[in-house]
Amino acid sequence: MIYNIPFITTAILAVIGLYAVIFKRNLIKIAIGITILESAVNLSLIAIGYRKGGVAPIYTNLPPNVDIPHGMVLPVPQALTLTSIVIGVATLALILAFAMKIYKHYGSLDSHSRRLKE
Amino acid sequence: MNIMLHMPALLIVLPLLAAFVTPLIDKLSRKARNAFVIAIVVIEEIMMLFFAFHIFSGNIAIYTMGSSEPTKLVTEAAVPIRIVLEVDAMSAFMGIISATVAMAAAIYSISFVEESKGKGKFYTLLLIMLAGMIGMEFTGDLFNMFVFLEILSISSCALIAYRNSDGNAVEGAFKYMVVSNIAALLVLFSIALLYSQYDLLNIAALSKVISYTELDKVALVLLVTSFAMKAGSVPMHYWVPDGYSPAPASITAMLVSATQASLYALFRVSFTLYGKVITASYIGVFLIILGLLSMFIGVTMALSQKDIKRLMAYHSVSQTGYMLLGVGIGLYLLNTSDFNTYGIKAMEGGIFHIINNAMYKGLLFLTAGAIFYRLKTRNLNEMGGLAHSMKYTTLFFIIGALAIAGIPPFNGFASKLLIYEAAYRVSPILSIVAMIVSILTLASFVKVFHSAFMGAKIYEVEEAPKSMLIGMAILAAVIIILSIFPGLVVDKIVAPAAHALANWQVYAGGV
Repeated sequence: MIYNIPFITTAILAVIGLYAVIFKRNLIKIAIGITILESAVNLSLIAIGYRKGGVAPIYTNLPPNVDIPHGMVLPVPQALTLTSIVIGVATLALILAFAMKIYKHYGSLDSHSRRLKE
Repeated sequence: MNIMLHMPALLIVLPLLAAFVTPLIDKLSRKARNAFVIAIVVIEEIMMLFFAFHIFSGNIAIYTMGSSEPTKLVTEAAVPIRIVLEVDAMSAFMGIISATVAMAAAIYSISFVEESKGKGKFYTLLLIMLAGMIGMEFTGDLFNMFVFLEILSISSCALIAYRNSDGNAVEGAFKYMVVSNIAALLVLFSIALLYSQYDLLNIAALSKVISYTELDKVALVLLVTSFAMKAGSVPMHYWVPDGYSPAPASITAMLVSATQASLYALFRVSFTLYGKVITASYIGVFLIILGLLSMFIGVTMALSQKDIKRLMAYHSVSQTGYMLLGVGIGLYLLNTSDFNTYGIKAMEGGIFHIINNAMYKGLLFLTAGAIFYRLKTRNLNEMGGLAHSMKYTTLFFIIGALAIAGIPPFNGFASKLLIYEAAYRVSPILSIVAMIVSILTLASFVKVFHSAFMGAKIYEVEEAPKSMLIGMAILAAVIIILSIFPGLVVDKIVAPAAHALANWQVYAGGV
């Protein structure tokens, strides 16, 4: 049970993120929703790569008596997560820039106040 | 050094490096920058054609990134490690489409896009978009596909909002950004599901071991829905008109082939990645239903539009429906005895429609852009009599409109006929709907032609500038070539692509 907690957290975060994207009207809150969804995906990747009692997979700096490779956590999902975080920063910056531009044009961030809902 | 071996990497690297050199050349002179960008897209197109015909003659190209012998896999490990590019006939087919449309769009943009707004950066983003599309089509690695998907969506969102003094452009970009971001995150999540079970990211290696567990089914559903979202099929089509209409016309033409890159990813996942196990035909039925809905809703929404680019954007939703219908029928019949008789024909029709749609839809958006360039309006009610002054634009519009409506002898007719015939064998209702949609398409383009080009001369305007005419002429020439030799094109280009999709073993055997 205790090892399922990361996956349960992933599910909860994903639901919160999707809820914010679908039902919230403020554009900044939509951006926040996307970020939460992204955290959920990143957390699930890290949780997949974890092994009970595993150490960091750095061959040159291993503690003694570590079983290679089963005593180490998987490095690939961590690499994927790093890439995904970098991409996430870029997309978040772009979304917030769009939100700022929309605010300059219409003086509001409410998605229902204009023809945005069309 | 045999340059053909390094082609898969070169074709991605060339536009990517050129993208970051462009702003530097822009500092020196604008003419040099224009010449540089044109040279890059033309070289890309020539390289792509040579490489594609090498692939169509029955080869599969493998390229291991960062290896001293890139055409061989790294053999110390039991599974393929490092990023492996894998190009088969379907990938090369999509690559030709992307490179051709990008060439036309880049040439068109020289006089279309205003100099005042940082055009060097415009070209940078355009080249990154091209690199993203080709990367998505050439990669043999799921995570790499996700990365190129994000590169493509970030650059295309920035380009939709290029005229950011127009509020609609920023709104359209915001919507597209939200849709594509959620789609990309769902793709990443399904990659995580697959990796957790098989410890693999390579598509070919995964397709050999995939066993269709419950988690695999979840991943398949997530992948199919997210790529269908990005391709603009019906339940998630709302970003298409909002994103297409305010973007610069050359970018709209590029966006059409960008949605088709997502469509390629959808087909690659459902045919190749799950090719071994996809016997239950639910996904095929799902694609057929999505296709019918997209066709019908797209065209009925288009009929009532007054904005010329919005109208064409709804038509591209409707045309996406044809491709989904054709390839969906193929997926529905995959692994049955009917597949070899008419299932493969339906797929050929759907795939042929991809190249046709990219060309005529691109051409129509470019003519709409030419009208906007001269009249500064997209409202059909304010246009009229343009055939008097913009003769070449009128001619190109007629070619595009006849092709999209499926009037023989144009290429739209050839691909639609293949789809009708095969769809009739599955259920007559499918081909009846497809034909009604085709008639409605003709009706709405007759409307556009009448209100924009016919009538008395209202405006004293000149013909569009030369570079825009050259951009349109390239696409029109491709349409005419496809129209004159449909049989040859189907045999030499489309059939290898359809067979590459249908036989997952060939793709899997490459690695």
